[in-house]
Amino acid sequence: MSAAVVATLFFAGCSPKDGDIETAVKAKEASEVSVAVTKGEVTLTGEVADEAEKAKAEVIAKAEKGVKSVVNNLTVKSGLASLVPVVIAEDAALIKSVADAAKDFPTVQTTVKDGVVTLKGEINKSSLVKLMQQLAVLKPKKIDNQLTVK
Amino acid sequence: MALQDKYKALTDAATAAGISGLAVREQDGVLYVDGTAADGATKDHLWDIYNQIDPNFAGGDLVLNVNVSVDAAVTHAKVITESSNLNIRKGPGTDQPIVGKAAHGEVITLVNRSNDLWWLVRTNDGEEGYCYAKYLEPQA
Repeated sequence: MSAAVVATLFFAGCSPKDGDIETAVKAKEASEVSVAVTKGEVTLTGEVADEAEKAKAEVIAKAEKGVKSVVNNLTVKSGLASLVPVVIAEDAALIKSVADAAKDFPTVQTTVKDGVVTLKGEINKSSLVKLMQQLAVLKPKKIDNQLTVK
Repeated sequence: MALQDKYKALTDAATAAGISGLAVREQDGVLYVDGTAADGATKDHLWDIYNQIDPNFAGGDLVLNVNVSVDAAVTHAKVITESSNLNIRKGPGTDQPIVGKAAHGEVITLVNRSNDLWWLVRTNDGEEGYCYAKYLEPQA
């Protein structure tokens, strides 16, 4: 038994709280959700019934004390994907990810409200495609592109 | 269903291109097309069609969320910034402190890609941190 304890401590060595977070999150998640924690970053894997379950699992993990970020790698059982509602990113997360994406487009002003990303300012054609591609993967409700294309 | 008709050429092309996990959903006046393309050229092709149907993407009625799949065996990536160095940050986000830089064109080691947007990398100098994934091109 002591060997197991030593092994646990050893693995948790660089960040002693990861093991505690993992145990706590596991206890709250559905049984099909696997939980791994590294330096406060929680990774969720496994297969759940629908997008709602997937989103719920992420909310549970994020609510845990000590969790810095959550990587949601849960997959949804195939065949249901086209029937379940589209998951839209929360504004708080979206504001951050849109700012990251728009950082290298200084002529573009972005605002985020209720999942809608609004773009104002001007941009050249080749940059527009790049920007739109980066924004579309952030799970916005809508991209309201009011940019003037040069 | 009107939106699905408007973008039928796009969804047909996505089906023909073998986009995996393809989902086409209409919700609150916006069409959401999600899936994973085998390569960047396929993704760009879909964006070309989107641009033909809705010039300059001004309609605001489509969210084309197509990622490019990355082989799990890939361990290195090239820095593909316009010309500048790429910031390496302590955590995933531009609000995180910069812990290092990778040069334009440099090939660096991929440590972890579990976050879609921010990849954990290590430079040849041993600096480790997160880079914005759009500026990294996985090396086969």
